[in-house]
Amino acid sequence: MNVIEVKNLKKIYNSSEVKVNALNGIDLTIEQGEFTAIVGPSGSGKTTFLNMLGGLDSPTEGEIAIGGTDIQHLSSSELIDFRLRNIGFVFQAYNLIPVLTAIENVEFIMQMQGVSKPERLQRAKELLTQVGLGDRVNSRPSKLSGGQQQRVAVARALASKPKFVLADEPTANLDSKSTENLLDIMEELNRKENITFIFSTHDQRVVNKARRVITLEDGKIISDVQK
Amino acid sequence: MILAVAWRNIWRSKTRSLVILVAICLGLASGVFYMGFYQGMVDQRINTAIKTEASHIQIHHKEYLNNPDKKFVIADADSVTKVIRSVSGVKATTSRIIMNTMIQSPTTSSGVKVTGINPEDEKQVTNLYTRLIEGTYFEEGKRNPIVIGKKLADKLKVKLKSKVVITLQDMEGNMTGASFKVEGIFETSNTAFDENCVFVRNDDISRVMAMDPNSCHEIAVFLDNNEELDLADQTIQSKLSGLDVKTWREIMPDVSLVESSFGLTMMIFIGVILLALLFGIINTMLMAVLERTKELGMLMAIGMNRIRVFMMILLETVMLSLVGGACGILLGWLLNLYFGVKGIDLGTWSTAYKSMGFDTLVYTKLSWSISFEISVMVIVTGIIAAIYPAMKALKLKPAEAVRIDM
Ligand SMILES: Nc1ncnc2c1ncn2[C@@H]1O[C@H](COP(=O)(O)OP(=O)(O)O)[C@@H](O)[C@H]1O
Ligand SMILES: [Mg+2]
Repeated sequence: MNVIEVKNLKKIYNSSEVKVNALNGIDLTIEQGEFTAIVGPSGSGKTTFLNMLGGLDSPTEGEIAIGGTDIQHLSSSELIDFRLRNIGFVFQAYNLIPVLTAIENVEFIMQMQGVSKPERLQRAKELLTQVGLGDRVNSRPSKLSGGQQQRVAVARALASKPKFVLADEPTANLDSKSTENLLDIMEELNRKENITFIFSTHDQRVVNKARRVITLEDGKIISDVQK
Repeated sequence: MILAVAWRNIWRSKTRSLVILVAICLGLASGVFYMGFYQGMVDQRINTAIKTEASHIQIHHKEYLNNPDKKFVIADADSVTKVIRSVSGVKATTSRIIMNTMIQSPTTSSGVKVTGINPEDEKQVTNLYTRLIEGTYFEEGKRNPIVIGKKLADKLKVKLKSKVVITLQDMEGNMTGASFKVEGIFETSNTAFDENCVFVRNDDISRVMAMDPNSCHEIAVFLDNNEELDLADQTIQSKLSGLDVKTWREIMPDVSLVESSFGLTMMIFIGVILLALLFGIINTMLMAVLERTKELGMLMAIGMNRIRVFMMILLETVMLSLVGGACGILLGWLLNLYFGVKGIDLGTWSTAYKSMGFDTLVYTKLSWSISFEISVMVIVTGIIAAIYPAMKALKLKPAEAVRIDM
């Protein structure tokens, strides 16, 4: 089953005097259960591409269908609701609300979805245990290491039961041990629960863990390798 | 949970929040304190107006207030009194004979309003007898006693037991005079009253004036409380259609104006304080929003909609305002409590206030309803202050806000 179908995707930034062709016609299909890395040099369009897939920004041209829904026509407030219900996000940093504890951060997104208090409490605990933070549920982000914060972000991304999880350079701020640890957790969730992960990176060790590697250059796919 | 986030966000930047909290607190404390002070002053003025000067309701001949001539009398004072006393809410009445004339001492003379009273009835209606600073209030039983104010006594250079002469015209228009002996000297908070009003027995004055002892110029009515004023006024008016019935508000429109403009005056005063605070709150919240750009972008990215973002900032602003407001109201209230018992001596400014009839020792007073109204105003201020920062937050583009490399 295809989770994502992208056809002839183009994005042109028109902000300043210069026109930037960040994405130059991308065609791509991603299936349920993939564990896919988007790689490429800095400025190749990885972030732009992930933002399009996540409905954070709208394309200049082309189509994006997520779970069969064309999202390029949705209004910005429809997109917010779409993201809440269909997509899990892990960013490079600033993932968590600093004034909420780990478990509250995970609960927060479920509360926005309207999940009942007992149910979301239980699910938040389970998820935090799965990412190895069962004993840190009541810690605020500032009391957690960078790696631990990213694991809370993964738990938060999964809490909303999304169709897939997008992670833009999730390990960029982590040391090698935390990087390996985070990737192991993501891989395990992918293997055991069939959760689709799409992450960008330029760390070769992270690339090695991926089962499919899509390489971008100047806004175009130059290679797409399945392992 | 948005509530919890908003509340905890307030304490994130402690110094910044404390600065604005202290500003709100002090601003409102001074506002509330001044309000209590002013309310206390107004209440005391009204109290004096009713209990010492006008009482609640006064009844006159239809012409008398336009032309206070001695011939415009209430003819059958006894039966009129009976009618009034049967009205519910009426506690006591007293009938008075009034003459505007001259009083003379051996050294000088002065224009005064002479009021002839029945001391026993009068004591039920006005509390002037409690304001005596020397002598007694018609207790000696001798002929022609007079009670005058301190200010007048000083002006006439008379003391207790001094003789004064009052010039009178009898009902036929013949000039006559009578000599009175000072039995008591009073002092109220109203110096104008103290200088212009003197009191004698109505028997003494009606004899000199050859008046029918069952007639008078004025009947003053004291009620159980001021809440019954309008009803009692209407009832008496309907029963005594031939006479002129007026409440203290009509008799002393200046005092009534102070009373009725109090609420508005105070709301404008508090409003000005809150307007000044408004800009401080907006500034604080704007800083809070701007330094949370990444976080707000992240929240919108993961699916927090506009209403929730708006609510979060609104709640934070309103709670910030309310915490400061509550502390300010509490502080102002405590000050009022303290000075409500101890009183504030206006000291040096007292002459000006006294001539307008205000007490110089002010007991502050604050009503619950006013504290409540101020709280509502604080909440409204918080809501208004939230709008601009919240709009700023809503304008954020999540895709740009979450970008790290730019
Ligand atoms: N808001 C923007 N306005 C103009 N140009 C942009 C904007 N965002 C990204 N770009 C440009 O688009 C290209 C792709 O950027 P990006 O997607 O961030 O690449 P990557 O994530 O692979 O480093 C770059 O040349 C970048 O400078
Ligand atoms: Mg990038």
